[in-house]
Amino acid sequence: MATTPAAPKTNRLGLAVLDYRGSKTTLCAGCGHNAISERIIDAMYEMGVQPERVAKLSGIGCSSKSPAYFMSRAHSFNSVHGRMPSVATGAVLANRSLMALGVSGDGDTASIGIGQFIHLMRRNLPIIYIIEDNGVYGLTKGQFSATADLGSTLKSGIANELPPIDTCELAISLGATFVGRSFSGDKRQLHSMLKAAIAHKGTVLLDVISPCVTFNDHEGSTKSYKYAKDHEEPLQDINFIPSFENIEVEYDAGTTVEVTMHDGSRLRLRKLEEDYDPTNKIQAITRLNQAKEREELLTGVLYVNTTAPTFLDMLNTADEPLATLPASVVRPGREVLEQVMEELR
Amino acid sequence: MATTDVGLHEAAGRDERVPVVNNMSIQVATVNGSGSQSSNTVLLRSIFQMGVPVSGKNLFPSNIAGLPTWYTIRANKDGYVARKKEIDFLIAMNVETARDDVMSLDPGAAVLYDEPLNLRSLRDDLIFYSVPYDKLVATVCPEAKLRKLVKNMIYVGVLAKLLDIEMGEVEKALRKQFAKKVKAANLNFAAAQAGYDYAVATLTKQDPYRIERMSKNQGKIIIDGNSASALGCVFAGCTVLSWYPITPSSSLAESMIEYLKRFRIGPDGKATFAVVQAEDELAAIGMVIGAGWAGARAMTTTSGPGISLMSEFAGLSYYAEIPAVVWDIQRVGPSTGLPTRTSQADILSTAFLSHGDTKHIMLFPSSPHECFEIAMDAFNLAEQFQTIVFVMSDLDLGMNNWMSDPFPYPEKPIERGKVLVKADLDKLGTFSRYKDVDGDGIGYRTLPGTQHPAAAYFTRGSGHNANANYSEKPEDYEKNMERLQRKFDHARSIVPAPIIETASNAEIGIIAFGSSHWALTESRDQLRDEHKLATDYLRIRAYPFANEISDFVRSHKRVYVVEQNRDAQMLSLLKLDLDNDLVPKLRSVAKLDGLPLDARSVTDEIVAMEVK
Repeated sequence: MATTPAAPKTNRLGLAVLDYRGSKTTLCAGCGHNAISERIIDAMYEMGVQPERVAKLSGIGCSSKSPAYFMSRAHSFNSVHGRMPSVATGAVLANRSLMALGVSGDGDTASIGIGQFIHLMRRNLPIIYIIEDNGVYGLTKGQFSATADLGSTLKSGIANELPPIDTCELAISLGATFVGRSFSGDKRQLHSMLKAAIAHKGTVLLDVISPCVTFNDHEGSTKSYKYAKDHEEPLQDINFIPSFENIEVEYDAGTTVEVTMHDGSRLRLRKLEEDYDPTNKIQAITRLNQAKEREELLTGVLYVNTTAPTFLDMLNTADEPLATLPASVVRPGREVLEQVMEELR
Repeated sequence: MATTDVGLHEAAGRDERVPVVNNMSIQVATVNGSGSQSSNTVLLRSIFQMGVPVSGKNLFPSNIAGLPTWYTIRANKDGYVARKKEIDFLIAMNVETARDDVMSLDPGAAVLYDEPLNLRSLRDDLIFYSVPYDKLVATVCPEAKLRKLVKNMIYVGVLAKLLDIEMGEVEKALRKQFAKKVKAANLNFAAAQAGYDYAVATLTKQDPYRIERMSKNQGKIIIDGNSASALGCVFAGCTVLSWYPITPSSSLAESMIEYLKRFRIGPDGKATFAVVQAEDELAAIGMVIGAGWAGARAMTTTSGPGISLMSEFAGLSYYAEIPAVVWDIQRVGPSTGLPTRTSQADILSTAFLSHGDTKHIMLFPSSPHECFEIAMDAFNLAEQFQTIVFVMSDLDLGMNNWMSDPFPYPEKPIERGKVLVKADLDKLGTFSRYKDVDGDGIGYRTLPGTQHPAAAYFTRGSGHNANANYSEKPEDYEKNMERLQRKFDHARSIVPAPIIETASNAEIGIIAFGSSHWALTESRDQLRDEHKLATDYLRIRAYPFANEISDFVRSHKRVYVVEQNRDAQMLSLLKLDLDNDLVPKLRSVAKLDGLPLDARSVTDEIVAMEVK
């Protein structure tokens, strides 16, 4: 295995990490979301993504505030609770050259936003959708969300009596083409997964367990740092080799799955579990259900499909951004109107 | 054979010996799903092609097949195209409603009925013609399963004979209707011909109604408002359409998709547009706002229930200042209400849609021609004012067929509003998204993807200052809201101005808008000719109200505000806007029963109030 070389002072665009930073976070010290913001900064920097090309989109909640805390050079839209998917869809339709990065929470996605979430997953819109998943509503002071596990307790001791919604399972079965689960405390895994997400063309859904230090990090919570550390079961050891890094390293095809991404990058998944095939939808869903029974926090790349057409392919949208097409292209000529008038006479 | 005694005619005051030419309303009563729409369109077009002004109103149920539906065709030499309440000629095809339909006619009206219905015995003050449809259809249509669809074309032929509609025009209209389906056209024409021949051989003309060729329709087109709106949006350069099916707005989206596919595919075979049928109205408006934020000309189309669902996003558009265009094809509420009936009852809820202090630009088209033109205004205003713009159409305007002059090619340029591009930022170095640089309340924006390190800003529905930074400071909030008010006031002089028609020395003013216009035109003539009441007329075309509206109220003693809702919504909106001393001048003619407004109802109400 290659060891990652020390990061240079600037990336392939000549930009420094500083160019990917945002405002100072106003989230609680130790909040998992801050760690995720850091990973996004590193991944975008290392992948050499032009910050101005990125559109950050979010709903409402602690997680949805976080786009202010990374990549200030990218436009950002903190929209309406549970409705980020539609806003993101519109933005991508308007300008397909944007890299859409959606940040949402478990309440924003799985409770109020489940309808839009589900339909987004169906469309395979090019977007990276990150759920900063802590099982509670932070901004309204600690009520359960729909991803809270059965029996998990609030600080007050009240236990959750409803089964959780598994966003990854939904995403896989509905048509998302890159689905992973990670943990904000698993720096290395999340880092590689984000880089692969950036290289992917289609809908990426990353559910990142991101403990709420204020309302859901106690004994009895299944979304606490301790619980996540104790129960994490990584499927693979993930290594991402960007297309622009010409590194040739042998790997054992018996123990490692290599996925070639759209841009030529390679995602190497060294199996920690025998026979797990991340291109097999049914297996992915079965394994997620097993994990639930075994009370495991199953992490890693659960499912990947690099050949499915994206929503933009399906719509056959022009290569140029629709937003800036000139009037000469979007207003048909006089003869067209005259033709229609003639038909109506 | 129909027989009617002559004395009866005199009693009814509609003597057959005094022909009534090019002035009648024909009602076809049938069940939906029976294919009568084709027959009615052919009838309408035949009259249209004979140069006689004509209009058609479809009164249909919220149902796919088997419930009563009525189609009213009005031919009028003077060009009145509003609904006329009185029916002169009933075509009774529906066994369920035939009795009520006949009983509601005024004396002297004519009835054409399906023989087995045996309606003749119901009244002795009407003219009856009976037609054995099943017998006739069997002779022209050997295939039994097609007979149901062809049967209705028979009454077109019968009526052509009775009213002197030329069969050549019927055939022309029919071939246009069935376009490339030659076999269906032939079959249907045979049915019409069978009806015509039957009438020649069997029926004796007893009613006074006749169609005579005129030359009033030269160059004119027939189109419904939704198709006209769709066409307008295509020519306005709309690039993103997101919609959710709802009556009566679906046909706007559907005809737009057809036009886009025909006229907006680039030379490389790729679409210069994106259309998404969203999962609901929340997503539809969300996509529009996302697309508008990213710089596309984006729109959705809906009706009242959809407007309610879009409420939260409307506030975001207003406060975060994002262009969006929403067509509201109004139907009758509240709740599901009467989903296939027309209204103008979303005025107040749309004007202030969302929570907090919000108000929105609304545009009121009154004809297909104006639907087409106002589409350009809607997109230009949305981008110039960086806000949501509502186009308030309605079911009558949107779904019914209207005669219109052909639409002239839009000469207004596509205005993209205050957008800074990279070159601007190179010069400026920096910008403040919500700073009122020009004193019109409108800031400058940049689009995502602009390749300049200073281009980005943070868009949010939460409190923000001029630099688009998060702020809960009281003074930032107040300043921002005051600027938004300035922006809205600025729109008064930019939105489409009202249209004013004056009579000489009129002390009465009438204000109306949208599809009510057609009843108003006729009602003003009735007031003048029957009651010697001269009226001036102002037609509102936009909110916020232009200053001319206040001037109009000031210069009249009494001003009737005519609208199709219960609560006098436009009048209420005017009250909020006008100076206090003008408010007592306003009188309400607010009426909503779900049917398109008719002139007589307006005239009667105004006269009653004038007498008081």
